[in-house]
Amino acid sequence: MPADPRQTLPAHPVAAGASPTTEPVAVRVALIVVALAFLALFLVLPLVAVFAEAFRNGVDAYFASFDDPDTWSAVWLTLGVAAIAVPLNVVFGLAASWAVAKHDFRGKSLLVTLIDLPFSVSPVVSGMCYVLLFGAQGYFGHYLQSVGVQIIFAVPGLVLATIFVTFPFVARELIPLMQEQGVSEEEAALSLGAGGWRTFWSVTLPNVRWALLYGVLLCNARAMGEFGAVSVVSGHLRGQTNTVPLQVEILYNDYNFVAAFAVASLLAGLGLVTLVVKSALEWRYADQLASGRRH
Amino acid sequence: MDLKIRDVRKEYGSFPALNGVSLDIRSGELVALLGPSGSGKTTLLRAIAGLEIPDSGQILFGDEDALAKPVQERNVGFVFQHYALFRHMKVFDNIAFGLRVRGRARRPAEADIRRKVLELLDLVQLKGLENRYPAQLSGGQRQRVALARALAIEPQVLLLDEPFGALDAQVRKELRRWLREIHNETGHTTVFVTHDQEEALELADRVAILHKGDLQQVGTPDAIYDEPATPFVYAFIGDSSSLPIDVRSGEATLDGRALPLGRVDAPDGPARLHVRPQDVTFVAPGEGVALGRIAALRRLGAFRRADVEVGARRSRIEVRLPPEASFSEGEEVGLAFERFAVFPAEGAPSVACAA
Repeated sequence: MPADPRQTLPAHPVAAGASPTTEPVAVRVALIVVALAFLALFLVLPLVAVFAEAFRNGVDAYFASFDDPDTWSAVWLTLGVAAIAVPLNVVFGLAASWAVAKHDFRGKSLLVTLIDLPFSVSPVVSGMCYVLLFGAQGYFGHYLQSVGVQIIFAVPGLVLATIFVTFPFVARELIPLMQEQGVSEEEAALSLGAGGWRTFWSVTLPNVRWALLYGVLLCNARAMGEFGAVSVVSGHLRGQTNTVPLQVEILYNDYNFVAAFAVASLLAGLGLVTLVVKSALEWRYADQLASGRRH
Repeated sequence: MDLKIRDVRKEYGSFPALNGVSLDIRSGELVALLGPSGSGKTTLLRAIAGLEIPDSGQILFGDEDALAKPVQERNVGFVFQHYALFRHMKVFDNIAFGLRVRGRARRPAEADIRRKVLELLDLVQLKGLENRYPAQLSGGQRQRVALARALAIEPQVLLLDEPFGALDAQVRKELRRWLREIHNETGHTTVFVTHDQEEALELADRVAILHKGDLQQVGTPDAIYDEPATPFVYAFIGDSSSLPIDVRSGEATLDGRALPLGRVDAPDGPARLHVRPQDVTFVAPGEGVALGRIAALRRLGAFRRADVEVGARRSRIEVRLPPEASFSEGEEVGLAFERFAVFPAEGAPSVACAA
């Protein structure tokens, strides 16, 4: 093997054996340190702080903070709101992505833009919109009062606000995947005699099942953790319209730090579980997730 | 099952995909729809299947109006260009799908479905692969599964969209022969779409050539090749050259000089003379119908090709010569045409020499 000509040129800036796309060691180390420090400071540290504060007065104090009936009602309310909002958004998301990905119609790009609207609008603004529409002084306030339906400062308002904020998650996960898959499998099913409903259940849905689960996961995490929109429409009635994030705020404002962080640790735990399941899905079914390729 | 297509029209926006196409396909026949992309051949195939709704016209299966039925009820076996196998189902379930989705009254028992699927797997030579997923198969195998799936419903008509388009040349050749055998065995009325003339001529009983939504010619491979009905077919099928000529009361002239072709059956005015490379022979200068000069001489495998310039405008004609022919570039030669065709210039393709 001939001698590497670079070795005879000591002043050459590229070290022998280095590939042109590799940075010098010092740069690599510096970049990694910066990235890790950033992660530690902004992600790991707060997470550790949540648990540290929650357990500051010992394990007993941690569990004692869950003796509060208001906290339990907040947990049940959050689960309830998510149990309504997530399935509805699955249906809406499937319908929207089916329409967008498998059909051509006028106003399609407008629909796609609208689906993304909740991502671009501040959740507080969306909460305000619901108050404006359904509140006592709102456009439909008088009518709703006359039929005895309360939406704002009640559970329906929480559900509406949560649906609005979490609407894009399922649809955004499904649309690119469905578009990529095209319609030929559906056409094949139809040509073999299957009806539309059968085609949906045995061809369309199974082809997007993992992406759907992925979307549901993200949708659920957001539904349970949503603060801004929910805060506006909730009215903060203790034991009635406080979801878990709102309960955390109330406890914190009451200087009940251990309880506030204990309840917050539930949300942090939910976040961690979501992250693990999400990563597992991405690892196992990357080829069947649109985002697996997007990232 | 006879298939009758009557004056079928289809427009996408203002773009006419099918311009009133009529075509009769006899029971048990294997017909190729051949044309370049954008010719409307796939649109016609999808209209037969019910995947496109024509704007007007009639499609009859036997004497039954197929357009009155949705795709599910037409009982057509459709093989898609990229197979469209159900990716989350095993090969077995893919093939069984069409039987399982039938209404209770017409659905065979699961044991019968099983027997039928295994029979079909045997027919398409994929025995033992019933538990694979489509992703675990090669292109040729997927193609066979797609065919088995389409045959499972005992279709009245078998429709194939570019059946070999996505396969490499070797597999394509093999599958072509195999598809012909399957057709001979099962006898389904079959229509397939292709842009590959070799495939169409080799495989089909009759070839229908489409161009820009118009049916140009329907005929046996011999008729299509030997008696092209339109300038497009002449240029599209096989190699050919074309010369710009003028016709006056049956007499042809090339750039003002008489071209003694005998009586030409074309209206007065500009016209184009089409001729295939193997139908031109060299004779002594001064003999034959025209005088030419060899502009280029190339060896192409089994033969030699000469480009000959004729007339004042130096129009080029391609000539096929035996490899031992001893001519040289720049030499003057006489040209004789054994077989040719003259079409009025209007509507003639600007590039007459097909690749």
